Amino acid sequence: MMKKLVVFAALLVAVLSKEDFHGHQVFRIVPKDDVQLALVRVMEDILDLELDFWRWVTPVDVRVPSHSLQVVKSYMERHSIKYFTMIKDLQALLDEERRQMKSAAPAGNTDSFDYTNYHTLSQIYSFQDMLVAENPKLVSKTVIGHSVEGRPLNVLKFSTGGSNRPAIWIDTGIHAREWVTQASGIVFAKKIVTEYGTDSVLTEILNRMDIFLEMVVNPDGYHFTHTNNRMWRKNRKQNQDSSCVGVDLNRNWNAGFGGRGSSNNPCTETYHGTRAHSEPEVKSIVKFVRSHGNIKAFISIHSYSQMLLYPYGYTRKPAKDQAELDQVAQKAVTALASLYGTNYRYGSIIKTIYQSSGGSIDWTYNKGIKYSYTFELRDTGHFGFILPANQIVPTANETWLALKVIMDHTLKNPY
Amino acid sequence: MGLRRAIVLFALMEVTWSLSVTTIGPKTVSTDASAHPEPAEENTEQKEAAEEDVMATGELNPNHYPAQRAAKVVQHYLNLRHGSPYKLFGLKEVHSGNAEEVADSGRKYQLEISVHEIISNTKEKCSAEVFFPSGAKQLSPQVQVSSCEEILKLDAKSEEEALYQQYKTNKTVRTEKRLPDSYGHIDPEMTPFWHLSIVASSFIMLKESTENTLYNMAQVANITQLATENDQLKFDCHVLLHDMVSQEIPQWKLLFTWSPAEGVKVLHTEQLPHVHESEKQAKPN
Repeated sequence: MMKKLVVFAALLVAVLSKEDFHGHQVFRIVPKDDVQLALVRVMEDILDLELDFWRWVTPVDVRVPSHSLQVVKSYMERHSIKYFTMIKDLQALLDEERRQMKSAAPAGNTDSFDYTNYHTLSQIYSFQDMLVAENPKLVSKTVIGHSVEGRPLNVLKFSTGGSNRPAIWIDTGIHAREWVTQASGIVFAKKIVTEYGTDSVLTEILNRMDIFLEMVVNPDGYHFTHTNNRMWRKNRKQNQDSSCVGVDLNRNWNAGFGGRGSSNNPCTETYHGTRAHSEPEVKSIVKFVRSHGNIKAFISIHSYSQMLLYPYGYTRKPAKDQAELDQVAQKAVTALASLYGTNYRYGSIIKTIYQSSGGSIDWTYNKGIKYSYTFELRDTGHFGFILPANQIVPTANETWLALKVIMDHTLKNPY
Repeated sequence: MGLRRAIVLFALMEVTWSLSVTTIGPKTVSTDASAHPEPAEENTEQKEAAEEDVMATGELNPNHYPAQRAAKVVQHYLNLRHGSPYKLFGLKEVHSGNAEEVADSGRKYQLEISVHEIISNTKEKCSAEVFFPSGAKQLSPQVQVSSCEEILKLDAKSEEEALYQQYKTNKTVRTEKRLPDSYGHIDPEMTPFWHLSIVASSFIMLKESTENTLYNMAQVANITQLATENDQLKFDCHVLLHDMVSQEIPQWKLLFTWSPAEGVKVLHTEQLPHVHESEKQAKPN
């Protein structure tokens, strides 16, 4: 906050005086006693230094023009006065703030959209509308329900026609803090419209099947990660008889609901909710899948761990199609690794990562959707949930190769 | 009590629990009138759950979680012992693993893993042994590593010395932002301190690890340099950890020292209370 105030003041000065701050640094000086403080203040009297003191009491903040940097540093070193560089290049910071303020304004179209950055919920929703507007024959948007706090739950449908064609479902952002997933969802959407007609695999798929993409399954949670707590996971349900908020949307499905691998304590991250499908974010997908009736592959995307998982999570009993699911998973992770060498493990949820009950793909699998998979995207823990934005596009691109393997197999193995 | 008795007792509890689920189930439906209670599916699965508590023993599948969790503990051990602002270890792969009971005192894993030093991007195969003691009082796991010498000998001495000198005499560190920030960005000048926080966090992550946890450091909330009378640099940091198994974000304050010669020494740790988002919320990040 302090830094923002300080920068705003600098911006004001810059705008008013049209000064140039290239190479200027802002030091925060921490004098250890009055003697050192007096020594610092001596510098103000040396007019040639052109120092601009922003704060006069300890810690002392001062803007140092580039021509004075060496002198000031030597002076402080000579007197063993501690300081650190608060702003390394004031002009760069001002330019960046200006750029950020500009980019807070929405992109005009999906070609000027910044795929290499994380976006707010409203920016993602704007993107969806732009994509539909630019590709009306291929893309349409349906609101399948509303979140706890009343936000629309948007699903994009990619279709080249037909009537209730067999379909593939992809969802991202069921857990709010897994930002690389929502960001990848945006990239997938753009790839579909770009590659239809140019990529033979994707074109063949879309000529005979539909693709449904829900980019933000948990919009309330996602919003909360921007405004309050970057590490929020659950939805924003006000739990009855508890001051703790939120239900884990991937423990709320009716598959082993309430069993081991979920929690009945609302104050925990894996709280499963009062009953299966109690949460509107989950219920709306359940209703959609049931009424559609022709979904043949269901893929839920999470982060992190670098894994491709198939049912079950709630029981050690192997899925009856385990051999086939395992084979397809192997092919998919090989395709994924072909791009950047990113290594994925694969297997059933319960053996590979942990026991978890009430998960989405266990429910969809039990409902007869054979190709039910969960991805855990990059990385393996070094950055974890806070994956640098410059890894969004590489992650999405490698994941897309794996998705195409699954979609292609679904297309070629109708059931 | 013996492990076998514990399993039997647990199995009994599981059966009792599953019975209570089938009888109590419908009554726990919320009072929402429009809801149709979902039929309780497959409650017979609960009985099978008893077997899932028997720990994997013998030859382990290196891609499954038991070997992976034990291997992660080795990563924390290596970072605590050998990590620095310019040296950080990651678990690259588990090649093979073996687990065995050690007569009423715990369980021992033998692992062949690949470790990589993240900053220099070098990889090496290592052998390691991880012992998880059993018992009511939670004791930390014990780790032994062998045939890993090359990667541990990697030299970052000149960078470490330069950083040490800078912050011993002139500069001082106090974070304005979280490391990394929400977008994964870290100011290059702060990166060595992010690394140091990971090393210090490894002390906690090692200590708290069990066969039912998998820790990573999620974010540094803040780090401040404190004055010292001796030749160590001293820091106070607040870190957010992530346990993959429970999905919780435990928060810890750590007081630690560092110098190129001594490495990281943790002086004091304090776990912060679990603030679960009711309406009073800590300052936004």
